[in-house]
Amino acid sequence: MSERNLTYREALSEGLVQAMERDDSIFVTGIAVDYSSGIFGTTSEALRRFGPKRVFDAPAMENALAGIAIGAAAMGKRPVVVHPRADFAFLAMDQLVNLAAKWKYMFAGRAGSLPLVVRAVIGRGWGQGATHSQSLQSIFAHFPGIAVVMPASPGDAKGLTAAALAADHPTVILEYRTLYESTGPVAEDYYREEIGRARTVRIGKDVTIVAASQLVLEAIAAAKTLADMGIDAEIVDPRSIRPLDESAILASVRKTGRLIVADTSWSLCGFASEIAALAAERAFAQLRAPVRRITLPDCPAPVSYKLEEAFYPGAADIVNAAASFFGMAEGKETASNKLVGEFKGPY
Amino acid sequence: MAPLPPKKKAKSEENVPSAEALIKYYRDMLLIRRFEEKAGQMYGMGLIGGFCHLYIGQEAVVVGMQSTITPDDAVITSYRDHGHMLACGMEPGGVMAELTGRIGGYSKGKGGSMHMFSKEKNFYGGHGIVGAQVPLGTGIAFASKYRGKTNVSLTYMGDGAVNQGQVYESFNMAQLWKLPVIFIIENNKYGMGTSIERASSTTDFYHRGAAHGIPGEAVDGMNVLSVRAAGLRAVEHARTKGPYILEMQTYRYRGHSMSDPAKYRQKEEVDKMRSQHDPIESHAKFLLEGGFADEAALKAIDREVKDISSKAAEFAQNSPEPPVSELFTDVLIETN
Repeated sequence: MSERNLTYREALSEGLVQAMERDDSIFVTGIAVDYSSGIFGTTSEALRRFGPKRVFDAPAMENALAGIAIGAAAMGKRPVVVHPRADFAFLAMDQLVNLAAKWKYMFAGRAGSLPLVVRAVIGRGWGQGATHSQSLQSIFAHFPGIAVVMPASPGDAKGLTAAALAADHPTVILEYRTLYESTGPVAEDYYREEIGRARTVRIGKDVTIVAASQLVLEAIAAAKTLADMGIDAEIVDPRSIRPLDESAILASVRKTGRLIVADTSWSLCGFASEIAALAAERAFAQLRAPVRRITLPDCPAPVSYKLEEAFYPGAADIVNAAASFFGMAEGKETASNKLVGEFKGPY
Repeated sequence: MAPLPPKKKAKSEENVPSAEALIKYYRDMLLIRRFEEKAGQMYGMGLIGGFCHLYIGQEAVVVGMQSTITPDDAVITSYRDHGHMLACGMEPGGVMAELTGRIGGYSKGKGGSMHMFSKEKNFYGGHGIVGAQVPLGTGIAFASKYRGKTNVSLTYMGDGAVNQGQVYESFNMAQLWKLPVIFIIENNKYGMGTSIERASSTTDFYHRGAAHGIPGEAVDGMNVLSVRAAGLRAVEHARTKGPYILEMQTYRYRGHSMSDPAKYRQKEEVDKMRSQHDPIESHAKFLLEGGFADEAALKAIDREVKDISSKAAEFAQNSPEPPVSELFTDVLIETN
């Protein structure tokens, strides 16, 4: 399969279009999916190719829209519901958690499959603030019956989109908004990445960094700095929050004996804490240092530019945590990814 | 815009506004216009980031409604909220400084354009989640009634919010409990870039309370005196009988937000509204033709509100960035 570099948004679009070509039961809806901006350009090509019958706008009505999508999915359609801001998916939580997540189990499979895909945009951007930037992975992943994936690279964005659109269970895809312009190699042909399989992004022997979504890029930047300091970091991208590839994470922790978990959300009851608990329960004997969690400070997201800079963790925080394992001084400067500054909306 | 049938006059409506009041409506509308133009400029200069939803074109709605209530009545709205805050008497400098994310802003730079509050002025927030303020406004009216008061809650929403389920849950309880709430639907024809025809099965939004027995009327939201007349009827009803719906037929000249080029509508459509229905121009004409004010007086008002907007902008630029310690203040549980 030949590869070329694509942006994350191009890869998402390609994954969607190729899946729609193969399966005419797929349709796409949600606020602004048929706008010229096309959810960062991820739905524009699908609209051009397949028309408004398969790609159509929906009003702000997240609760009922989730239910309508579940009803359609139960009848054999494959709905893709897009939330341009994940925070609005809170209004859809009742349907997703109480109905979609229980669909198979509660009716012992008699209700059939529920091939529903929910895409939601999360993350940082100046002025996004407290109600337009939250990361919902831990909340969704808490409930058995929903898969939650967070692709960090263009290749995974395409492959996991295709996988979600071929699955028989509901899947939430969380896309960090500063990733859309990031680039990476993507195979041309249709392919699927397995949901529930982690990817080892960098092999190392001294410390394991488990990073989710945009923080994978920060971990890669951190690993370069750490290499200069003589610390060889291994980066594991879980890619899927539920199901979770526990064995890949544990294998890495058992090898390095040190664990840093970086997540785009808060610590309390969050994904980072889950991974820390996993290591404590199942790799305690191999741990040579306390686990470090790199997460959001324990407050809502502010709007002020300066406060936002202080709010979001990045490569420097990962470097400092790793350095502390080896008795090295903290405070070393590490350039974060420049993606945030390049983000120009839409709002 | 189709002409609306004449409505029965409320008792209070017979109190025709004084020349002073008529001039004040002009000033209040123009202040919002100039403030918003300044905010747009500041956004263009990179001093404001993220959200900035301008109210330009809709000024008559909030100014007309504000003229029908007392300072003890409550106002709550969605994210297109700068005009409502100014109409409630909040400080322009504090609003603008919040837009620039500075410590001098109403929310110390933590809330931004969509999230400001003033208990002193009975303004219960800009709210960022579409439709979420509607049950809140209903709850404010519930508290008023529970305390044996007749203070009303002006609960604003846009046409983009009227298809949210919680709006109808609120309508039901407001009528069941006969709450003093006025649901004001600011129909500016587009929810983000989606025209009302593409989003709503019926676009006569003043009928949306019919299933609950809530009276409603459509109002020329581009005319401050039409808004005021309808507002007086609604307030009188709400204080004694229960909820009321006003569909304000209005128009926003700018995009949904500053990053929206508004390519989904024709330039002619905007030009027509601006040239034929502008709420400020038409009220100026009314003042001049009625002999309530002369050109010089109106020019002086423009100078005054431009000056206020410039000072607000200056304050917003000079106000310091919040210190990092502000991240951890005002969180429910203080962290140590």
